[in-house]
Amino acid sequence: MKLKRPKIKSIPYEEFNDNETYEKLVKELNENGVNVIVKKLDDLFDWGRSNSLWPLTFATSCCGIEFMAVCAARYDIARFGFEVTRNSPRQADVILVNGTITNKMAPVLKRLYDQMADPKYVVAIGGCAIAGGPFTKSYHVVKGVDKIIPVDVYVPGCPPRPESFLYGMMQLQRIVKAENFFGTTNRKEKDPQTLSESLESIKEVVEKQQEA
Amino acid sequence: MEEKKDLQTPEVAETKKAAAAPAETPAAPEAQAKPAAAKPAVTKPAPKPELPGENEIKPRLVEPEALHDEMLRLRDEEKMDFLELITGVDWGEEGLGCVYNLWSTATGKREYVKTVTPDRENPFIPTVSDLWTIAEVYEREVLDFYGIKFLGHKDMRRIFLREDWVGYPFRKDDKPEEQNPLKMENEVLSDTTVEYNRDAEGNITETEHVVFAPEDYMVNIGPQHPSTHGVLHFRVALEGERIKKIDPKLGYIHRGIEKLNESYTYPQTLALTDRMDYLGAMQSRHALCMTIEKAANIEVSDRVQVVRTIMDELQRIDSHILFFSCLCQDMGATTAFLYGFRDREKVLDIFEETCGGRLIINYNMIGGLAADIHPNFQKRVKEFIPYMRKNIKEYYDIFINNVIARNRLIGVGNLTLEQVVSGGCTGPSGRASGWHNDVRKRQPYAAYDRVDFKEIVRTEGDSYARLLCRMDEIEQSLCIIEQLIDNIPEGPFQTKTKPIIKVPAGKYYSCVEGSRGEFGVYLESTGDKSPYRLHYRSTGLPLVWIMDAACRGELIADMMAINGTLDYVVPDIDR
Repeated sequence: MKLKRPKIKSIPYEEFNDNETYEKLVKELNENGVNVIVKKLDDLFDWGRSNSLWPLTFATSCCGIEFMAVCAARYDIARFGFEVTRNSPRQADVILVNGTITNKMAPVLKRLYDQMADPKYVVAIGGCAIAGGPFTKSYHVVKGVDKIIPVDVYVPGCPPRPESFLYGMMQLQRIVKAENFFGTTNRKEKDPQTLSESLESIKEVVEKQQEA
Repeated sequence: MEEKKDLQTPEVAETKKAAAAPAETPAAPEAQAKPAAAKPAVTKPAPKPELPGENEIKPRLVEPEALHDEMLRLRDEEKMDFLELITGVDWGEEGLGCVYNLWSTATGKREYVKTVTPDRENPFIPTVSDLWTIAEVYEREVLDFYGIKFLGHKDMRRIFLREDWVGYPFRKDDKPEEQNPLKMENEVLSDTTVEYNRDAEGNITETEHVVFAPEDYMVNIGPQHPSTHGVLHFRVALEGERIKKIDPKLGYIHRGIEKLNESYTYPQTLALTDRMDYLGAMQSRHALCMTIEKAANIEVSDRVQVVRTIMDELQRIDSHILFFSCLCQDMGATTAFLYGFRDREKVLDIFEETCGGRLIINYNMIGGLAADIHPNFQKRVKEFIPYMRKNIKEYYDIFINNVIARNRLIGVGNLTLEQVVSGGCTGPSGRASGWHNDVRKRQPYAAYDRVDFKEIVRTEGDSYARLLCRMDEIEQSLCIIEQLIDNIPEGPFQTKTKPIIKVPAGKYYSCVEGSRGEFGVYLESTGDKSPYRLHYRSTGLPLVWIMDAACRGELIADMMAINGTLDYVVPDIDR
């Protein structure tokens, strides 16, 4: 069966990198088939959701300044509907992890993530958020935020260029567009994909603590 | 990382001599008189004879018992009013100790004092926090990383690491990662603190102090707050709407850069300076390169000095524009934020063309620059100067002269001269209170001795003065760039250095004027290829510490405006 290809403003489907992972994700989501009427409604909802993702203003270091540049006039994130940056996690859809997460910050980030309402997404921006970046040998840096919270999109760079930010956000839009809103996404706690991953990572952390 | 730039162009060695030849040497002031003069009119003062390890410091050893009296004498009799830095060092067999950098703003004299205690189990050193308020935070930093307890200090809590952290990570024998796995439960902050003292018999006594009493009404601001300019946690006690006390908690972005540096080679250490104060990336890296160059006696060409100066000033403009934008954003003026970023992009374009980076630039290298300036560089900069002069007027129209902005800034967050000097608040924040502390004037480096510019000093000391100070500094920076841009001397952009750079054993200190104050580098070398101790004088740490004094008695609504005008960058504070 041919997979449905979501249309993202300004980039044709073929020009995205890593379409294989994306197609795998779509296949997994639709493995058990979907109801035609519900899927049509899903598409409508996803169209709306993907074009109004509200990010949380969360920045720990350098990448945050680049994020401000993305929000400003030249790169104008408002073209894609992401400009409504929220200061409260309760009102945000996506958390952009801009910058290094240290051991002291880790519980705070986890708490922020927990406070966000479902469906929620995480974008790891920059080398530090992905794997510790230049500080990976440090005693006080978390080697990748995916050790604490599940990550949907990784945007490499130190810091990434504003174009990379936008590209990463478009990748996120594609993920949102593929989801079945009425099936799993609005009840994300039962989503097998993200749940198992996050549970595992939490388990690891808890086990490590108990050992210590 | 692009840190393998040690081996540079082979023709450098020959051309260096040619550049140093005193071809035509007009006096320095002539250069700025006619900036559009013919190109070959290179301003080149007679080359200074470089002494071996020009910036080497030889701290005088003072026993811990005599330290407090000696420091009191230095402050009162020798007028050492500015405590620049306290560096904790682990000297292994010799013990743990501190190096104190003192600088007299009255006479310009510098003084270095060292103290050491051989007891590694229970190291005690008397405090100097009663002499300089900035010592309060520097001593807590030393406690956090080296475990030295300061006798008589009123507040001996950790400041960067979690309160339940085990061990002292900067000690050479400490294994921080083994003792401290990632903890996911929230940190419990204590409301009491401890003071150590030595009684008449020589025993250590502990006194408990209350930071926040149970009846205090307390508000937590941060660590996730849009206006703290990073991740910073303020615990604020309120009396109605007025602020009674602020207790800053730092370390949410502490990455242990200074510890990492001890395992890196000198060229590798450069990469991390850009990531501390990312709005002063050029200047921080300049300071580190300068320290290593002076210590290892690497001569840099005149071209490099001039280009570095121009880049530093562009960075300063970039930083001050961002300061303006963020202050406006914090106070709700979103349009002004967009205006600021529009102009900042122009500076970033210039950086990008020459250096390849927008924010993290990685441009200065030991002995020179990563690349020569782009052919378009001078043209672009010359276009930018009138553009910025025109646009800065818009800043005044849209925000600075606005009645709401004036009402919220004038007379708010006052700092007196005594407070800023004792608190070590360098940079525009200190100059707004009347303190002449510009390193570019007091101790010229790079090409600052051959340009003509004003040191902006105001006397009001309120938030508005701090804002105006920075706006005027943009104008002065443009003026400096204007004088130099047509007079970039020919020469190599990189001196040939040895593949492995080693710094002769000793202690070195150099400082530059960063975007938000004096940025200093303390380097201690044992003659190896990596530093034994590399400590940075953070520009923002004194500014965060002065928040308590600036905000007391002010409305909580004004706290963010005061915070914005002090303009600190948190990753630079935490390092």
